[in-house]
Amino acid sequence: MIHFVVHEEGDGVGVVVVEGVRAGQHLAGWIMEENRDVEVVAKNDIPIGHKLALRDYRDGDTIIKYGVDIGRVLKPIAKGEHVHVHNLKTKRW
Amino acid sequence: MDLSKASFWGYRRENGRIGVRNHVIILPVDDLSNAAAQAVENNIKGTLALAHPYGRLQFGADLELHFRTLIGTGANPNVAAAVVIGIEDGWAQRVADGIAKTGKRVSYFGIEGHGDLETVKRASQVAKEYVQWASELRREERPLKDLWVSTKCGESDTTSGIGANPCVGNAFDKLYPHGVTLVFGETTELTGGEHLVAARCRNDAVRKKFQAMFDRYQEVINRHKTSDLSESQPTKGNIAGGLTTIEEKALGNIQKIGRQCLVDGVLDKAEMPTGPGLWFMDSSSAAAEMVTLCAASGYVVHFFPTGQCNVIGNPILPVIKICANPRTVRLMADHIDVDVSGITRRELNMDQAGDKLLECMFRTANGRLTAAEALGHREFVLTRLYESA
Repeated sequence: MIHFVVHEEGDGVGVVVVEGVRAGQHLAGWIMEENRDVEVVAKNDIPIGHKLALRDYRDGDTIIKYGVDIGRVLKPIAKGEHVHVHNLKTKRW
Repeated sequence: MDLSKASFWGYRRENGRIGVRNHVIILPVDDLSNAAAQAVENNIKGTLALAHPYGRLQFGADLELHFRTLIGTGANPNVAAAVVIGIEDGWAQRVADGIAKTGKRVSYFGIEGHGDLETVKRASQVAKEYVQWASELRREERPLKDLWVSTKCGESDTTSGIGANPCVGNAFDKLYPHGVTLVFGETTELTGGEHLVAARCRNDAVRKKFQAMFDRYQEVINRHKTSDLSESQPTKGNIAGGLTTIEEKALGNIQKIGRQCLVDGVLDKAEMPTGPGLWFMDSSSAAAEMVTLCAASGYVVHFFPTGQCNVIGNPILPVIKICANPRTVRLMADHIDVDVSGITRRELNMDQAGDKLLECMFRTANGRLTAAEALGHREFVLTRLYESA
């Protein structure tokens, strides 16, 4: 069973694809492009479809998904933490 | 799936285009004519009134787009015949004349000088003739290249970029070599991934036109925005589904054009493509607006990947819903035509998902009603460029 999906090697976030992920849970992930497995421990409860960090980030860092810049980090994020509008913002508009 | 000898059953129209539906539409030119159009629809079974709120005191490019959209809708090969009703004769005739260029049956009626009841009576008599005539038309077997397929995603979430959108991309990559006419659009929803679309343009001339359309739309956003557009683009539904930034949404969106097909040309809103291949249409990312424009450009089947499940349909264009979100397919199964949530469980690969969509496409083209058609979704939404005079 997989709990989260990563588009490609080098992406800094994965997407939770099951319901009910809880803080402290050991999660199995699948890197689609390379068809490789990866594991992370969730630091928060994370809803289905939402992202989790695959590495630590500092304020101002760029997050990569699909191999491309998807925005700027607003405050430090630890590996396994929920990544969303509270800690990631667009660089456009 | 081997598509080299693939065919579907459709209605051949007078201009040689092939439709997959056989609608007789009652088309109001303006808001004032909706009541009469709907009365005709009520009188004559099997007709479809396309009510909308516009058509008065528009001018310039906005008026041209209004006419282009109405004429394109009537000209669409999914329409067998059209009855046009306007408050006055002039603009009603202009719309009818545009539709008549396809060679199909069309009549127009102006309400002024007659009143609603007399207009409804005369229009109903013609609509009855049309619907009985259309009911005797038969489908014929046609090669795959005669199919025009549009795509636009909606109420996307992160599973759209993982499963539903690349599933459409896989199907597009399979259709493209067979000379199918394809289109995608949603100009602002490429923001952050526009360089990827530019790189896929067939040549510099197409790339330059695409970039000019993209830049123009960015200027509109920058001129009118009061925030970073959070809650508008991405929408609140997108955010609830886990999408955070426009860049992330755009990169998921772009999965719809697959990995191989090239962007062969660009279209203005509701403009008809002039040949096969993949076209980019400069358009809003609002679902009903974009799908209405696809229908007006002549597309006959639509792929609509969704995450949180936008329930949209269109009066004349069958909208096929594709979803990869396991929660959505559980909660909103009645709206989903193609469930590809197996991708998120590693049970379904993209090649299989693309084939599943193509299978549904052929069944839909051959006459099977989509979920949106069965549920009665007929969203007909005209794009406006600016205020009326």
